[in-house]
Amino acid sequence: MITVTLHHFVLVSFGLVAAGVACMVTKRNAIGILMGVELVLNAAALNFVAFNRFHPWDPAGQAPLDGFMFAMFIIVLAAAEAAIALAIILNLYNNLASVDVDKAREMRG
Amino acid sequence: MSPWNPGFTTMLAAAPVQQVTPILFLAFAAMTVASAWAIVASPNIVRMATYLLLTLTGVAGMYFMLGAELLAAVQLIVYAGGTLILIVFGVMLTASNPGSVLKPCKWEWAAGLTVAAAMALLLTMALVYTPMTWAYDGPVPVASSIEGYGQVAAVGRALLSDYLVAFEVAGVLLLVVMIGAAYMARKRAGGQSSPEGTGLKGSGSEQ
Repeated sequence: MITVTLHHFVLVSFGLVAAGVACMVTKRNAIGILMGVELVLNAAALNFVAFNRFHPWDPAGQAPLDGFMFAMFIIVLAAAEAAIALAIILNLYNNLASVDVDKAREMRG
Repeated sequence: MSPWNPGFTTMLAAAPVQQVTPILFLAFAAMTVASAWAIVASPNIVRMATYLLLTLTGVAGMYFMLGAELLAAVQLIVYAGGTLILIVFGVMLTASNPGSVLKPCKWEWAAGLTVAAAMALLLTMALVYTPMTWAYDGPVPVASSIEGYGQVAAVGRALLSDYLVAFEVAGVLLLVVMIGAAYMARKRAGGQSSPEGTGLKGSGSEQ
């Protein structure tokens, strides 16, 4: 039986970030790229929480909370980023009738 | 398999409840990473959204195992319940056929896999060569400022004391995002060049 340590959580986070970057590079669909960004953000949040849990602390004092707070703000920022990105993608679709990022070649709509 | 952190073993022997953790961890880790790579492999955008749901749920399970119950709940409510629904709405609004496929070409696959492999090499080396002997190996720390309220009380206090500025800025950011997204996503009254050429009619019936 293995014992679950910080390394295991960092490994999972590594798998997530690699998948997210591969997703961002290979997808042509703008929404697929957005999903890749979400994966990378999740990997970062998972790292924050894992390091928070395994960070040394004084049992007499307050348990650490900073990693949780960082992850919480990451979730808030991810929601905001998804809303803005979808508004942009809707505009793209209205102008080009497609969400293929290769077709977006002009700054002016 | 030799444990990286020997102190954890004695803790496992002392606390029988914790012995469930390795199996649960493996299950959730496999679910998270496998469905994350399924997103990369799948050409269908609706299936990608479904796999993203599995990944987000797996990460929420990880948060539970790390002793962050509140964060796991927030992840499920905000991410799996809110952001994912937003993405699915985006899929439905932008695809005339929701099952439509945009395939990357050969060299794009090659570029993506090369980037992923380079990152794998780099991160694996970083992981192998970084000693993490400093890691705390006791039981899960429970940040509770009031007895019986667990993490929620501690997080609430931190939000209104140490993280007050970040909390307020996040609130203002959400307001700006709400207004900005509504402004950007509306149909132009002038009917610039919507694909069906029904700019004015569409803007009237949209609300």
